[in-house]
Amino acid sequence: MGGDTIAAISSAAADSGIGIVRISGPDSFAVIDRIYRSKSGNRKLSGEKSHTIHYGYIEDEGDVIDEVLVMIMRGPGTFTAEDTVEIDCHGGVCAMKRILETVIKNGARLAQPGEFTKKAFLNGRIDLSQAEAVMDVIQAKNEYALKNSVSQLKGSIRKEISELRERLLYHIAYIEAALDDPEHISSDGYGEEIAGEISQMREKILHLISTADNGRILKEGIRTVIVGRPNAGKSSVLNKLLGEERAIVTEIAGTTRDTLEETINLNGITLIITDTAGIRETENIVEKIGIGKAREKLEDADLVLYVVDSSEQLNENDAAIVRMLRTKKAIVLLNKSDRKTVTTREMIEELIRNENGAAKEKNGSRCSGALPKEENESSEKSPEKQEIKSSRREETEYPVLSISALKGTGIDLLEDKLKEMFYQGKISLNDEVCITNMRHKELLMEAKESLDRVWESITLGMPEDFLTIDLMGACRALGDITGETSSEEVVNEIFGKFCLGK
Amino acid sequence: MKTGPRDAHEFEAEKNCKKQTGKMGKGAEFMKRVEEWVDVVVVGAGHAGCEAALASARLGMETILFTVSVDSIAMMPCNPNIGGSSKGHLVREVDALGGEMGKNIDRTFIQSKMLNMSKGPAVHSLRAQADKAEYSRSMRKVLQETDHLKIRQMEVTELIVEDGTLTGVRTYSGAVYHCKACILCTGTYLKARCIYGDVSTYTGPNGLQAANYLTDSLKANGVKMYRFKTGTPARIDSRSIDYSKMQEQKGDERVVPFSFETDPDTVQIPQVSCWLTYTNEETHRIIRENLDRSPLYSGMIEGTGPRYCPSIEDKVVKFADKNRHQVFIEPEGIHTSEMYVGGMSSSLPEDVQLAMYRSVPGLEHADIVRNAYAIEYDCIDARQLELSLEFRDIRGLFSAGQFNGSSGYEEAAAQGIIAGINAARKIQGKEPLILDRSEAYIGVLIDDLVTKENHEPYRMMTSRAEYRLLLRQDNADLRLTPKGYEVGLISEERYKRLVEKERMIREETERVKKTWIGTGAEVQEFLRSQGSTELRSSAKLSELICRPELSYQKLHGIDTDRRELPDDIQEQVNINIKYEGYLLRQMKQVEQFKKMEERKIPQDLDYDKVPSLRTEARQKLKEGRPASIGQASRIAGVSPADVSVLMVYLQANKQA
Repeated sequence: MGGDTIAAISSAAADSGIGIVRISGPDSFAVIDRIYRSKSGNRKLSGEKSHTIHYGYIEDEGDVIDEVLVMIMRGPGTFTAEDTVEIDCHGGVCAMKRILETVIKNGARLAQPGEFTKKAFLNGRIDLSQAEAVMDVIQAKNEYALKNSVSQLKGSIRKEISELRERLLYHIAYIEAALDDPEHISSDGYGEEIAGEISQMREKILHLISTADNGRILKEGIRTVIVGRPNAGKSSVLNKLLGEERAIVTEIAGTTRDTLEETINLNGITLIITDTAGIRETENIVEKIGIGKAREKLEDADLVLYVVDSSEQLNENDAAIVRMLRTKKAIVLLNKSDRKTVTTREMIEELIRNENGAAKEKNGSRCSGALPKEENESSEKSPEKQEIKSSRREETEYPVLSISALKGTGIDLLEDKLKEMFYQGKISLNDEVCITNMRHKELLMEAKESLDRVWESITLGMPEDFLTIDLMGACRALGDITGETSSEEVVNEIFGKFCLGK
Repeated sequence: MKTGPRDAHEFEAEKNCKKQTGKMGKGAEFMKRVEEWVDVVVVGAGHAGCEAALASARLGMETILFTVSVDSIAMMPCNPNIGGSSKGHLVREVDALGGEMGKNIDRTFIQSKMLNMSKGPAVHSLRAQADKAEYSRSMRKVLQETDHLKIRQMEVTELIVEDGTLTGVRTYSGAVYHCKACILCTGTYLKARCIYGDVSTYTGPNGLQAANYLTDSLKANGVKMYRFKTGTPARIDSRSIDYSKMQEQKGDERVVPFSFETDPDTVQIPQVSCWLTYTNEETHRIIRENLDRSPLYSGMIEGTGPRYCPSIEDKVVKFADKNRHQVFIEPEGIHTSEMYVGGMSSSLPEDVQLAMYRSVPGLEHADIVRNAYAIEYDCIDARQLELSLEFRDIRGLFSAGQFNGSSGYEEAAAQGIIAGINAARKIQGKEPLILDRSEAYIGVLIDDLVTKENHEPYRMMTSRAEYRLLLRQDNADLRLTPKGYEVGLISEERYKRLVEKERMIREETERVKKTWIGTGAEVQEFLRSQGSTELRSSAKLSELICRPELSYQKLHGIDTDRRELPDDIQEQVNINIKYEGYLLRQMKQVEQFKKMEERKIPQDLDYDKVPSLRTEARQKLKEGRPASIGQASRIAGVSPADVSVLMVYLQANKQA
């Protein structure tokens, strides 16, 4: 199957800052030719031999974005059986994002979640017996993307987009109602009437696009989860971090997550902090319910703050928590340093070594599955991140800091540690965020282009029925961002807002 | 509560009695019953039934058309007009396929208007006022003169189904008609009940006999039924109306016929007028004060009513801030004094109706001839049908019209012709005729009906057609007449004329694109006279046509090589050039659409075996059993990921 040329960040090892942008489809080579420049000047990669790697730069209208390695692979000897290009970039998440954007600007379209796998399968590259696994991947990736798409959208942005959409829907319904029942409602001159509003909407969308460029339309930040036994002082740590001397950026009562999320800014690093105080880790059920719930929250976390009460003995609850941490970046906070020390730094470090050692053995045989790489990930909620997790598996060392949330001592150490980890690239943003951001931006662009055409039609004096075609296009694109599309909504709006009929 | 001539109780008694005597089983063998063999049985002679029967008979099938009243063939029980926005498109399409509705209204209209003339060509739509009695008489004449077609006044009470295949029908009299296919077009007659105030009668519209048995037979065969509701306003005696208080609404000066076959010169007849008046605060007060007596608000009516055809009490409640509503007074025919009160359908009690109508300017002394009423009836969940309009689980059984949950004469006729064609084709062993959403409003209509869950009578609307720039009423013949010819409903002669028309359009469009217009004084003066800017250098004729203030027709003066072409050809050339960009864009979208439609899904696919489908999607797919990936993607509750999963599954099965 021929069709579209698609592109996506296919794997992002965020730790090392190296990522791959993958392009697949008939125009892959044409796209790379438009944006690649070798060290010696312009060079067409489409003429190169298959399965070769080339060093050079990716440029966007003359600006160098990043230094890259480009791999050229001709179909059918590729994963998707189509012409494929892989761009290895080094400049971290931001550069990767820009490269993907440039690729899209030059003729590829952003891949749907799981689309590479789907292509590979439909092109006969994946064995029939794995069809089921393929279907799982597609469903899982879509669910994950959908969840991210809506949950990552900032409340205020979501509201703005929804409002724009409502206005568009109203105008569509007005015109359509008039077309359906011209003797009750007249749409004569409606184009000129809404021209001003259309151009305002266009401005708003342009503004949203520039916001997207700065990554500010999403709840972009380091997703941080605080865990610990009851009374370890989790809330006090959170409160201290949120204290008056800190800037509270926003306060979002989680709509889908059902937990309170706080966004704080520490030395220019944004943290989205979730407190797991809601979990009741009582003695007997901690193994079951407690772990399940906390793990859910940990799943998406980029960083875990593990609060330990140093005035009490470690117990099996701590062991359970440590086991949950094993694929995560974490900082251990030995709280209540103002009291008598019962649990020492050494004791917690030993616990970590013991628990993670056991975990390592369990994980050892995991990679021997027969499925191709992408299928292996299918059982995980976040297929992309599985790889990242496995690379982190080796690192069992967590910084341990002694603090007193009550007195406020040691909090500065935590800040310094966070800063250090971030700038050394040990913690970073979840790459899903920037993918979602890209998708949103693409849809915003689509909406803007639709409004451009509406504007053009108005200027040309086209009859009103031509306007709704592109108004609907804009409405659909915005709806895809907020997840509010339905095929009957225009009809519903017509009947809801206008009185028609015999 | 008062009841009409027959009440539900009586019905049950009658039905039980019939069950004992009417069955052709043991113990009834000695009774002599009529037994006949035909190809196609059509149940109901409304707008769907007429088109279905005509199509079937014209395709050579021995067809019998059952109606509860031969005097009511092609009756228009509600508004006295044919067409209107997007409905006019349907009539044109029926005509282009070889149907009768367009020709019949051309013969019997008394006023005609092309709506939306100030808008783009895609939404121009014809609407004609019919002489209701003449419309019915004229259609009956056509049926009577059609070979292979018999008309029979009798209620069909039972379907005879053997092993999932329909083999015949049984009538109220006990007669059996064996058939190869049956088309149900029962309109609003199944277990119909008419209601106003606390008065209710178990009749179809206009007091006609309801069909009270077929529902049970359908249910016994596993058909899922809905109960829908609609309504109609009062008819008022013209002599009691003061027209001086109303605005006159005249027809178009130059009438455009519905049928591509009708000679435009034959429809330039004297027309009658409609009249516009308004409700007022007094009207609304009367309604509000009596809402508790409305069967809609007292819960006496259980059916789901259409939002696009709200009763006046609905409008007053829902749009409380509007202090007036339009009322159109429309003649029901030349030989009747009855006037239809458009915009004021109601089910309020008789005394409230009288007071309410009389509060409207011009209707102060109105005499009601027929009361307004609401009507409830049984219809089906049309998701049980395939796109051919055949029941998925009862082979040989087709259905069309309001029975399928639609509303409107035009929607009915459009389904009728398709059901008629497909019943005949099934018997002939041919593939069904299926129009998709990119080919016709008929395609949009049927796809919506059989794909989406409808909870109210479905009306065609222009916003439902996503490729409407291509689906214009002016090109319905170009789109569909070749299909009608293939099917066998279009004559050789008519088809040849169409091919010739296509050739002329193509050649003239090409010529226009190649013709250059110079900057001579004559040209510049012409452009000035049209309020258009002068040419700086020579330009293509097509470029000038694209200017908003100009058109192909207007430019004939400076287009010296032009030969005289018929109006309809000129119109096509103008549209092709003027809107080329928009048309091309939609054509591209259609290409994408077609790709998905072409990926067929086997009808026997076991969705329980498809892994990874979300539960909701699995449920909806099982209910709807879509014919293609494209159709699946339009089912509410089926996500793009589910569609991808389905594609992968189908591919895997193909390879296996």
